[in-house]
Amino acid sequence: MADQATFADQAMELMPSLYAAALRMTRNPADAEDLVQETYLRAYRGFGGFEEGTNLKAWLYRILTNTYINTYRARKRRPDETDLDEVEDLYLYRRIGGLEAALAGRSAEDELLDRFTDQEVKEALESLPENFRLAVLLADVEGFSYKEIAEILDIPIGTVMSRLHRGRKALQKRLYEFAVERNLTAAVPDDAHV
Amino acid sequence: MSEPTDECREALHELYGYLDGELTPEKREAIGRHLDQCLPCAEPYDFEAELREVIRRKCQEQVPESLVAKVRAALAAEQLRQGTTDGA
Repeated sequence: MADQATFADQAMELMPSLYAAALRMTRNPADAEDLVQETYLRAYRGFGGFEEGTNLKAWLYRILTNTYINTYRARKRRPDETDLDEVEDLYLYRRIGGLEAALAGRSAEDELLDRFTDQEVKEALESLPENFRLAVLLADVEGFSYKEIAEILDIPIGTVMSRLHRGRKALQKRLYEFAVERNLTAAVPDDAHV
Repeated sequence: MSEPTDECREALHELYGYLDGELTPEKREAIGRHLDQCLPCAEPYDFEAELREVIRRKCQEQVPESLVAKVRAALAAEQLRQGTTDGA
C-alpha cells in the first residue's frame, strides 16, 4: 500500500508530461489546467490503491484519460468517432524522405523535419480524431508500450496497434499539408544544389 | 536498384513494431541484420525514427507556475479535509 505523503514527491515531477498530454486532449489551456488538477486530486485520494513498484506514470495517465473521457467527452453531444481516410504507408517519407538524402546527404532530411514548428506538430496531432489522437500521443510522445496503452485506454492490444498505424499515417498527411503550405518541400533541393 | 525481397517486405511490415520496441529479440535481430545490408530499407527506418523524435520534442510544454501552485494547494486542502474527517 502506498503512502499519500510520498505521493507529492513522486507525482509532481510528472506534471510537465501530464500537462502536455492534457493540452493535446482538451486543446485548450484552461481545460487542460482543470484536467490536470482534477487528475492529481483523484490520484491523491486513490493513492492507497496504487501498488508501489508498479508504473506510477502509467497509473496517472489512466486517471488522466478516464477523467478526460468522463468529464470532457461527456460535454459533447456526440463522441468524436470520425473515421480516417485510408492513407498509404510511409506517406511522408515517400514525399519528402528519399530525395533530400540522395541530393544533400543524410543531415538534410533531419533538418527538413526540424523545420516544422512546435505549433504545426501540435496542431497536426490535435487534428486527429480522439481515439487515434490518444493512441499516438501515448506511444509517440510519451513512449508507453502497447500493453501500457491497452491498459490506460482499456482496449485490446490489437486495437492499440491499428489505431497507432492509422493515426500515425493521418498525422503524416497533416504534416505534409503544412510542408506544402509553407513551401518546405521545395526549399530543400534548392539548398542542396548550392 | 534491386527489387524488394521478401526480407524487405518483412522489414517494412515490422517497421512500427521495431521502432516501438515491441518485437521479440530474435525478430529484432533479424530485422537489424537486414537493415545493415539494405539501404533502401534503412532509409525509411531512419526517417520514421527521426520523425518520432521530432514529434516528441516539439510536443513538450512548460507547466505554468500558477498550475503547480494550484495543484499543491488543492492537495494540501484535501489532506486537511481527510485529516478532519479521520479525527471526527
